[in-house]
Amino acid sequence: MAKSKSAYSVPGKIGKTERHIIVVWVDNEAGVLARIAGLFSGRGYNIESLAVAEVDKKKHISRITIVTEGTPQVIEQINLQLKKLVPVHKVADFKRGEKDILFRELALFKMLANAKKQEKIKKICKKFNPVVLDKTNKSFVIQVTALRAEIDKLAIDLKRLGLISTSRTGAVAMTKGPKIFN
Amino acid sequence: MPKLFTGAEIVFKALEDQKVDYIFGYPGGAVLPIYDELKNHKSIKHILARHEQGAGHAAEGYARSSGKPGILLVTSGPGATNAVTALTDAYMDSVPLVCISGQVPTHLIGTDAFQECDTTGITRPCTKHNWLVKDVNDLARVLHLAFEVATTGRPGPVLVDIPKDIQFKKGKYSFSKSTLKKKLNGRATHKISNNELDKFIDLLKKSSKPIFYTGGGVINSGPQASEYLRELVSLTGFPITSTLQGLGAYPGDDPQFLGMLGMHGTFEANNAMHDCDLMINIGARFDDRITGKVDEFSPGSKKIHVDIDPSSIGKNIKVDLAIVSDVSEFLKSLIKRFKEKNKNFLSSNKQKTSKWWSTIEKWREKKSLNFINSNKIIKPQHAVQRLYELTKDKDTFVTTEVGQHQMWAAQHYKFNKPNRWMTSGGLGTMGYGLPAAIGVQIANPDKLVVDIAGEASVLMTMQEMSTAVQYKLPIKIFILNNEYMGMVRQWQELLHEKNYSESYTAALPDFVKLAESYGCVGMRAKTPDELDEKIKEMVNIDRPVIFDCLVDKAENCFPMIPSGKPHNQMILGPEEEEEISDEGKILV
Repeated sequence: MAKSKSAYSVPGKIGKTERHIIVVWVDNEAGVLARIAGLFSGRGYNIESLAVAEVDKKKHISRITIVTEGTPQVIEQINLQLKKLVPVHKVADFKRGEKDILFRELALFKMLANAKKQEKIKKICKKFNPVVLDKTNKSFVIQVTALRAEIDKLAIDLKRLGLISTSRTGAVAMTKGPKIFN
Repeated sequence: MPKLFTGAEIVFKALEDQKVDYIFGYPGGAVLPIYDELKNHKSIKHILARHEQGAGHAAEGYARSSGKPGILLVTSGPGATNAVTALTDAYMDSVPLVCISGQVPTHLIGTDAFQECDTTGITRPCTKHNWLVKDVNDLARVLHLAFEVATTGRPGPVLVDIPKDIQFKKGKYSFSKSTLKKKLNGRATHKISNNELDKFIDLLKKSSKPIFYTGGGVINSGPQASEYLRELVSLTGFPITSTLQGLGAYPGDDPQFLGMLGMHGTFEANNAMHDCDLMINIGARFDDRITGKVDEFSPGSKKIHVDIDPSSIGKNIKVDLAIVSDVSEFLKSLIKRFKEKNKNFLSSNKQKTSKWWSTIEKWREKKSLNFINSNKIIKPQHAVQRLYELTKDKDTFVTTEVGQHQMWAAQHYKFNKPNRWMTSGGLGTMGYGLPAAIGVQIANPDKLVVDIAGEASVLMTMQEMSTAVQYKLPIKIFILNNEYMGMVRQWQELLHEKNYSESYTAALPDFVKLAESYGCVGMRAKTPDELDEKIKEMVNIDRPVIFDCLVDKAENCFPMIPSGKPHNQMILGPEEEEEISDEGKILV
């Protein structure tokens, strides 16, 4: 072991990490996103993706969906630390792969492609609710909604068909069935 | 039409409604309207510090010794940044502070104006919450909310940033109690269930090697919590140890008390923590100075954790029974339930824990706090012991700086009451003790307040002696002067082949003359035989005193859990110092 002379204990065993989707309902006020992001960066948690928008105009409540990865202990801390923040109303935590939860990401792809190629691209995107948003004889913009991994793969496939620009949202999540999270 | 008030008036109306009697602060451009309004509010006294960090620590000392929130008033830019150390210190040690900072006028925010800084951005990670008030009509609500956030749940600092134009603008004032409906610390109200109490009691009854491990949460829960703790410990007959911050919650000279635990804790406390079969953590947070290497921390025990902050539970150490509650409320319910069902627990359980107690007695026989005394040179431990003996009959309040002297004070000064011991444990802020003593003396005007200090730490905030003199605060600065940053020197000796890199302070001031130049009293003790008389003299002086106690320069603080070792392998003294493994060097 390299000679190190720090003043702190050595790290213990690190458990297996899991990917979680954490949904946070917050007051939509100045600085609230900085508080959430600062909590993650300050405590060394990571944010894989983040999606935020106001969902209740009257009460000014925003819904933040965060995809993160960590050991079960870290995930528990993230939940508890988030709940301590004053503008946070409630926190929901879903494990990636849970059955009764839906995840979606949206992506926009700009392609350089002639009409023939465009048909081919539409075909590739068929499974992912493709919508053509803009079309010229040289280019077009297509919107898809899918899971993260599916979009990752799609982006690779589209690369060789003239993909020149990609824009993606973070994941958003919702439970299946009539139940909502309280 | 309701009466309108200026922002500055609203600040004072809110402070009055919150029954604030002292503000610690320092004026400046962006906060002048509030200072201008001060003259109209006779019930609130302002204590002018010499640096905003000093004002912050003074507010902390006030809060910790009085149980009320400390109020800090600073200007924008450097005023706010200077307060950051104190805010972070308060955040780490759960001290309720309300910091009001001036800000440049709203139309200049974001323009890099004179003395502008992003105060709410800078203080976001070191406060429970902060606010930038951009509408004067929000001010009253925000200020009352600030007090509520600071003082409820796990206490901590908050900051309200008020732009100068908002201080001038007129707006409405209203004060309605309980403005915060939402959960503050995860759970708003937690009813303690009988099920939880019974599980707790069941674990107590099954244990043959139990130990109470209590912390600052007991102090923060109010004096009643200490009373309940004493009752529970005497009902069970179990041994008890305390963290640095918990000292005073349980009498330091009681036979059931094993002394402080942790890196410089006693042999018996640390061994009991390691070997116990039941650890009952009340209001402590399994800090890394307590646990050492977490994988080897108390391997065979069931663990109970009572904490008001749900995020403290399971953060460092997994526990078997987690209870989210205020200590006082929980202990009250527990004791009631326990008494109902276990009439003669103490006598019937005596047999069960007798072996445990005799093991503890064996550890005690090591007398791990012993040191080799000298009749030529003052040993720092001896100085603290004499200070204790000569001041224990008074209701003495002790603050400290950070380092060896802090650990010696924790080891050798025995506290019998809560709120008498103010030290920077979490952040470890050198320079904390002197300004904290000022705040303690303000809150406790007729009491003896001593800052047990090191000469290096105390120089960091020495300017506050001027504050003590201005307000005639007879604080006693008891410096254990070894001319080194002692703890740094100790680690360099043990871990860095005695390469004392930059830990010696050449050209120290003459503390006696320094005292005189501040207009207070300077004293010096050089030998053990003059120590007692000088301490007595110091205690009897009704003015601030700087006491320069020249101590052994090479003394190390023992016992010590060496780096990389579990709790049951402590170094007891210099004769036991061994070569520390490379792996171990990471740990200290």
